[in-house]
Amino acid sequence: MSRFLQTLFFALIVKPIALVMLGLNVRRRNRLPGAGPAVLVANHNSHLDTLVLMSLYPLGQLRWLRPVAAADYFLRNRLSAWFATKIIGILPLDRTAEGGRNRLAPITEALEQGQIVILFPEGSRGEPEKREAFRTGIAHIAKARSDTPIVPIFMYGLGKALPRGEALLVPFFCDIFVGKPFSWTGNRKTFMAELEVRMNTLANEGDFPEWE
Amino acid sequence: MKVFPEISVPLLWAMAGIFVLLLLASATTITLVRLRPERDFTELSQRVRSWWVMASVFAVAIGLDRRLSFFFLGFVSFLALKEFLSLIPTRRADRRVLFWAYLAIPVQFFWASQAWYGMFIIFIPVYLFLLLPMRMILVGETEGFLKAVGTVHWGVMTTVFCLSHLAYLLILDSARTPAGGAGLLLFVVFLTQFNDVAQYISGKLLGRRKVIPKVSPNKTVEGLLGGVVTTLGLSVLIAPFLTPLYRHESLAAGLIISFGGFVGDVVMSAVKRDLGIKHSGSILPGHGGILDRVDSLTFTAPLFFHYIYYLHY
Repeated sequence: MSRFLQTLFFALIVKPIALVMLGLNVRRRNRLPGAGPAVLVANHNSHLDTLVLMSLYPLGQLRWLRPVAAADYFLRNRLSAWFATKIIGILPLDRTAEGGRNRLAPITEALEQGQIVILFPEGSRGEPEKREAFRTGIAHIAKARSDTPIVPIFMYGLGKALPRGEALLVPFFCDIFVGKPFSWTGNRKTFMAELEVRMNTLANEGDFPEWE
Repeated sequence: MKVFPEISVPLLWAMAGIFVLLLLASATTITLVRLRPERDFTELSQRVRSWWVMASVFAVAIGLDRRLSFFFLGFVSFLALKEFLSLIPTRRADRRVLFWAYLAIPVQFFWASQAWYGMFIIFIPVYLFLLLPMRMILVGETEGFLKAVGTVHWGVMTTVFCLSHLAYLLILDSARTPAGGAGLLLFVVFLTQFNDVAQYISGKLLGRRKVIPKVSPNKTVEGLLGGVVTTLGLSVLIAPFLTPLYRHESLAAGLIISFGGFVGDVVMSAVKRDLGIKHSGSILPGHGGILDRVDSLTFTAPLFFHYIYYLHY
């Protein structure tokens, strides 16, 4: 039932918004992994980020996509929790607990089941179209599953269309740059540096107007 | 009752002519690829393929149903405005102002569909011109105010007001318009686009002297004149079937469209140069964005409209 609702939601609402109201300009779509296990790592500016990334996949593949999302935010009430877990299919992440690496167990499990995990290493949307320092959780995942391809993706425009704290969607074209997959480099520091460099390269590909 | 009330015999012939031209273009491209395998014709093939798509969508949109035609033209305006607003620097504070700018599109095309000429002609130049700064002062951000209000209104004037003249052509039916409003629309759109192509081809083949090197280094005098001659000829040839223009009037229409198209193209080039980009988008493979395709129309649509409106309506 919820899978049917998910298909319906993406077919009737998400895809039309992404393709008609916004308009996506995807560079190198062919680099998106067709099957898991894989991790899509993207910068985070808007609630639309997850939906638009998922909309890049055919409806039939939606159930393989698992965006990692903050449990404290998305599970704050029953309706939101139902929507987040059943319709979007998030992997809830406990941002507050001291539990350390165990928190990431559901993510590695999902990867073991061959799912495609979507992760925003900035941890929150923050100021729209401004990048924040990446958290190191992604490094733990990459280390635990060192054969999993990590696909860096840079997105621009969605933070303008629907920034944090706004409910009104204003149409803007969205640029999406898909980078080359890479994997665990051997240690955390070089891995995070590698991710940073790859993201910066993708971000520098675009020519973005000022927005302030 | 006819099934497709918009389609008249001359309109059908004109559309058939366009598809014959496209067949020729495809045949030429295939021949070039065969003859000179060492050269890369990817962009040319993409361009021709995009033309097929655009011509087919356009033919369906203006042939099937008038409401669909208005909706289609409004959607083209929307895409163009969205592209423009995505390319220019905007302020976060103006998100709601931009929302109002988008809302102007359905309203403006509604005036056109109702044939309310007075409202159609002042809504964006007067009312929206006053409304946008008013909405901006309600937000209260004064830094960059003049630039923001100026660029947004310029964008709406170009992509909505100017392009909406295409929609108003649709309702200029009269006993003297052999193919109805749809014929006038087809006339100006076809001549404008063909003029672009003719300028491009004659520029490639004969181009020597640059005509406006600071803005568009690829535009040449020879290209411009090639476009003018071709468009004049086609205008005189086609006008009797699609428009109420007399022969001498159709000569002037050809001049208006070829020079107007040239200027519109170069103006949008200046905007892109200012923004530091080459293409406005990538929605039309081989061409670029919507703005790259409708740049000439932003000039020719209002110029042709007011010319024919003054003479015959």
